[in-house]
Formats: sequence, C-alpha cells, structure tokens
Amino acid sequence: MKETPLSNCERLFLLRAIEEKKRLDGRQTYDYRNIRISFGTDYGCCMVELGKTRVLGQVSCELVSPKLNRATEGILFFNLELSQMAAPAFEPGRQSDLLVKLNRLLERCLRNSKCIDTESLCVVAGEKVWQIRVDLHLLNHDGNIIDAASIAAIVALCHFRRPDVSVQGDEITLYTPEERDPVPLSIHHMPICVSFAFFQQGTYLLVDPNEREERVMDGLLVIAMNKHREICTIQSSGGIMLLKDQVLRCSKIAGVKVAEITELILKALENEQKVRKEGGKFGFAESIANQRITAFKMEKAPIDTSDVEEKAEEIIAEAEPPSEVVSTPVLWTPGTAQIGEGVENSWGDLEDSEKEDDEGGGDEAIILDSIKMDTGVEVSDIGSQDAPIILSDSEEEEMIILEPDKNPKKIRTQTTSAKQEKAPSKKPVKRRKKKRAAN
Amino acid sequence: MEEEMHTDAKIRAEIGTGCSPRGPGCSLRHFACEQNLLSRPDGSASFLQGDTSVLAGVYGPAEVKVSKEIFNKATLEVILRPKIGLPGVAEKSRERLIRNTCEAVVLGTLHPRTSITVVLQVVSDAGSLLACCLNAACMALVDAGVPMRALFCGVTCALDSDGTLVLDPTSKQEKEARAVLTFALDSVERKLLMSSTKGLYSDSELQQCLAAAQAAAQHVFRFYRESLQRRYSKS
Repeated sequence: MKETPLSNCERLFLLRAIEEKKRLDGRQTYDYRNIRISFGTDYGCCMVELGKTRVLGQVSCELVSPKLNRATEGILFFNLELSQMAAPAFEPGRQSDLLVKLNRLLERCLRNSKCIDTESLCVVAGEKVWQIRVDLHLLNHDGNIIDAASIAAIVALCHFRRPDVSVQGDEITLYTPEERDPVPLSIHHMPICVSFAFFQQGTYLLVDPNEREERVMDGLLVIAMNKHREICTIQSSGGIMLLKDQVLRCSKIAGVKVAEITELILKALENEQKVRKEGGKFGFAESIANQRITAFKMEKAPIDTSDVEEKAEEIIAEAEPPSEVVSTPVLWTPGTAQIGEGVENSWGDLEDSEKEDDEGGGDEAIILDSIKMDTGVEVSDIGSQDAPIILSDSEEEEMIILEPDKNPKKIRTQTTSAKQEKAPSKKPVKRRKKKRAAN
Repeated sequence: MEEEMHTDAKIRAEIGTGCSPRGPGCSLRHFACEQNLLSRPDGSASFLQGDTSVLAGVYGPAEVKVSKEIFNKATLEVILRPKIGLPGVAEKSRERLIRNTCEAVVLGTLHPRTSITVVLQVVSDAGSLLACCLNAACMALVDAGVPMRALFCGVTCALDSDGTLVLDPTSKQEKEARAVLTFALDSVERKLLMSSTKGLYSDSELQQCLAAAQAAAQHVFRFYRESLQRRYSKS
C-alpha cells in the first residue's frame, strides 16, 4: 500500500511544536522512550520495544567452511527484515532503499567495530568455523528503527549460547545441549546506535525521533558508541550541514545515553540469567503483563478424550462405504497404465513423432496406424489379464484421421471423442501462433 | 480429601500431555493471547501455546493493486515469515492452508475490491506451529474488526507408534510421532475447515483424531470467548 502522505497542517504543527521545545508525546529533547527487553525460551531470542517500535532478534549458528582469505575467523551474518506488519508501506518490492541503508549501518556498527571475537569462533583452521547469523525482524514501525535494531542485535548476541565443541587431533566432537552446557559468545564491547534528528537546517535536534518526527526531519545523525565512549560508527544522512561543535555535542549526549542503555541491557541479561538458573519460568509467556485487559492466559487444560473411540466408530459406521474401487489398470506400454476411462495416454508414440509442420496446425492429428499397432499390442498383453478392455474397441470405431498425408505429428493427450471437437478449434489458434513466430 | 486432590494433580502432571485414546490424560498446553499490541496494523494478536508463539498483524480492508483485485470480494493475502532465514516452500504451503481457512470464514463480499492482509511472524517454534498460526490469525482478524462468518481455531494431534493420541504436541513429540494431523475447525458447529496431515494413519484413527480435535476446539473457543469478554465487558 502506498504511504499515506503527511498533511501540511500536521507537518507545520510538528515543526512549530519542536521550535517551542515541545514533543507530541511529552518527552524532553534528549529523552529516550521506554525500552523494554524480553527474552524467549531459546537462547539468542529477544524482543526489544523502544516505545512502540518493536524488533524481534534471533541468533543462530552453524558450522561452515571459512572464507578463503580469512581461514581462522568465524563468519558473522546480519539480516534486518522490515516485516510487512511493521508498516503498510513495507511491501516486498518497495522498501529497498531504507532496507539497504539500515542493513549497512547495522553491519558497520557490529561487524566493523569488532565487538564479537571472530577468532574464538574458529574450530579447525581452514576447515570448520562457526557462522553466527543474526536475524532481526521489525514488527512495528514507530520511528528510530536503527536504535531498536542495534539494541536487539547486541542483546541477542549476548544472550546466545553456542554448542560446545572439542577438537582432539583430527576428531571434532559437537556436544548437544544435554551433554554439555552451551557456551556464550565472546563479546568485547556493546556498540549501541543513538539517533539524532535535525530540524530547520540543523537548528533544532531531537534524540530518538518517533515516526512522525522522522517524517518531518531534515536530516539524521546516527552515532554508534559503546560504554567506554568509543565511537564505532557515525553516519549523517539527509544532506544537512552540521557544525563541528554540534557533532561533538551529539557525541557527548550519545555517551550519556549509551551508558544508560547499556546498564539497562546488563540488568535485563542478569535477571534472565538468574531466572533460568533458579529454574523459574522464562520465555515470552511470562512477559505478557497479567493486568492488561487485552491479555489473557489459560493454564494447561485437560481434555476428556474418553469417548473419542466410540464417536469415531459411530461416524465410520454411519458413513457411506467408499465408492467401488476401479477394477484393473489398462496397460498401454510397459510402464504406462490407465485406470478407468478418460484421458488417453499415448506416451509410447512420442518417440517417433517429434517433428512439427511449418504450416502449423494439425498438432492434434491422430495417426491411426501407430495407434492400431498399440492397441494390437495391448490386446495381446491383456489377453493374459482377467478383465477385457472395452476401450480399444470403441477407439477403433470412432477413430477419425484428420490429416493422414502429413508427417507424423506430436500426439497430445486427449479423449478420443473430444479430439474431433478440439482439434478443429485448436488448429486455427496454432496457425495464428505460428504466423507470429514467423514474423 | 485434599490429599486425594493433590495426588490426582500429581498423576495428571506425570502423565503430561500423553494419553491413550481412552485415558483422560490428554491436555492442551498453557495458552496465552494478547491483542492489539502493535500500533501500526489494524489488528494484531500474539498467541502462545506452551513455548510456541506466533505474532499476527492484519491490515484491512485496504487498498488493493489493480492486478490483484477481485470485483466482488476482498483479496485475502497471508504472509508467514520464519524466524531464521528466508521463507521457503514450507512457509508457502502453510500460507496457502491458512489463506484457504480464512477465505472460508471471512465475509469478503462485504468489501469488494479491497485487500485484507494477514502477516504472521513465528516468534518461537516448539511444536504445533500451524495450529498456533491459525489461532493467532483468528484473534488478529477479530481485533481488526474484519467481518467473519465464524471464528476458527487450529488443533494439532500426533499419533505415536503405538496409536496413542497426543493433543497439542511439543516438537519432540511431533518428531517421534508416526503421524501429525492439524485441523482447522469453525466455531459454529465445530465443522472441519482445513486439514493438513503428515504420516501414516488408518481412517478410524483419522476420525478419532478429528473427534479429539473437536473436543479440544471446545476449549480453545472458550478461551477465545473469555479473552474477548475480558476485553470488551464493562466491568
């Protein structure tokens, strides 16, 4: 669906409010929306909600051969998908620009910053390394996709556990989660993206723009930083011209924000770890708030299936018996049989009738001779079988040759009676097609 | 008295989700549903069955491309996205099953030349995925206010090698089962809307599974009713 255009009054209203340092949801200029992190039952599965923007992240791993020029390093693969439920405008063909931009930014933030130790993912140098795949799905678009996605990615990576592997000489042993506890990835630092939206040619800036603010902004500055105040990536888009001190100010703000967010992430991971260790219930089911009126839970419900057998027997007894099974198959040529009447299968004749006529048409012609031969063959074959074939008799009576002097044509599968009707109607069509091909 | 109840509960817990066709031990896993959790789609629902969780979003009735429009009814589209990797043939076939089920209940003729899109995202898969997708799709359609003739629900049965019937199997039970059958049933008379089966079973086993699924559907529809009552009641 096309994106609904933003009306002029809405645009002016938003800009005017920003000039007066007011945001529609009541936040301050440098405030982030509420971040909520929940984990699933599998390792490496997490859901991040930044206000109403929702991203689902899942990390998975696989043993593969390494890249030729990096034989001792594991492979990282990131994929952010804008699900069609995130916004009506996200259709498969339409989102390429935004998608490429977000994916590229995410890759630069996570891969180029070397936050994951890829050397530790090597199992056998040059032969087997771990390929870590991070799949992010945007489920609801309410602005600032990149921040939510980067948080989801790093949380999922920190939460993920890969199977334990041991190498003894030439033997590689991969342990299942039951045999040995899975091992966490080795993560050096946690880069997190912080977005700044600029309005009125860089005069006003807002941190964490929501969807409406993104629509009216002039440009966007994204700074990826970790809690040690190291900048991992900077990207400025939209064509705004920023002054040096503006960028420095943004990086200071980013430092503060990243510290807060990192603390939140670590706390969430710690809680999750604790719950798992203590054997409590974990997973998305637990993160559904009980008090919400739109949420409802039902405990395990036993079903009484004691009368299932009786019911089933009743139904089968009452049901009509299945229709008469067709008696015997008709053997045309070895390997080709026919059950019942209907479409005539003459595969055996195709071997000598591949040539087609230039004048077109007549593809449907039946050749009496070859078929007679076939029926001759069948009769002798089936003489040995129990049921006599009725089909061959009727064929010989109704057989009509349309163009006997032409070369043997390709035979299409059609019923005998239908052939006479279909052939004449098909021929003109075929002729027309041939003419077009000639042109 | 209390001790008896405790021991009964213990026995039931030990039997878990397995049972013989005569036994009273079949049970559905813990259910949870949350509606209207996404702000952009017209309707959304998250349905959880044990550890299996599916998120559904519905857009519609909305604008439809001229190439896809049908002159007298709504074009229903279902999109299912797996959690890991690109969608493949299995997803396409599930999409088709879900679409056929939805088309049977949605009153498309009330909204001709529009499109109703149901987008499903697998959040976690621990068995009975197709049934969970069907349930999530139904709740999302209800949340979006799409007119429907009836509600529908999905129930999965697994038959293991000695013929015992297990309702709402986990992925371990599905893997070890001889046959896995998924049925979509409608809420008016619990008639069959869609069935998708995998494996070897006899026709009497099919009827037994269907009867068991109908009994389970009773519970699922009660769950739907209670969750909607909770949401829409005034008290």
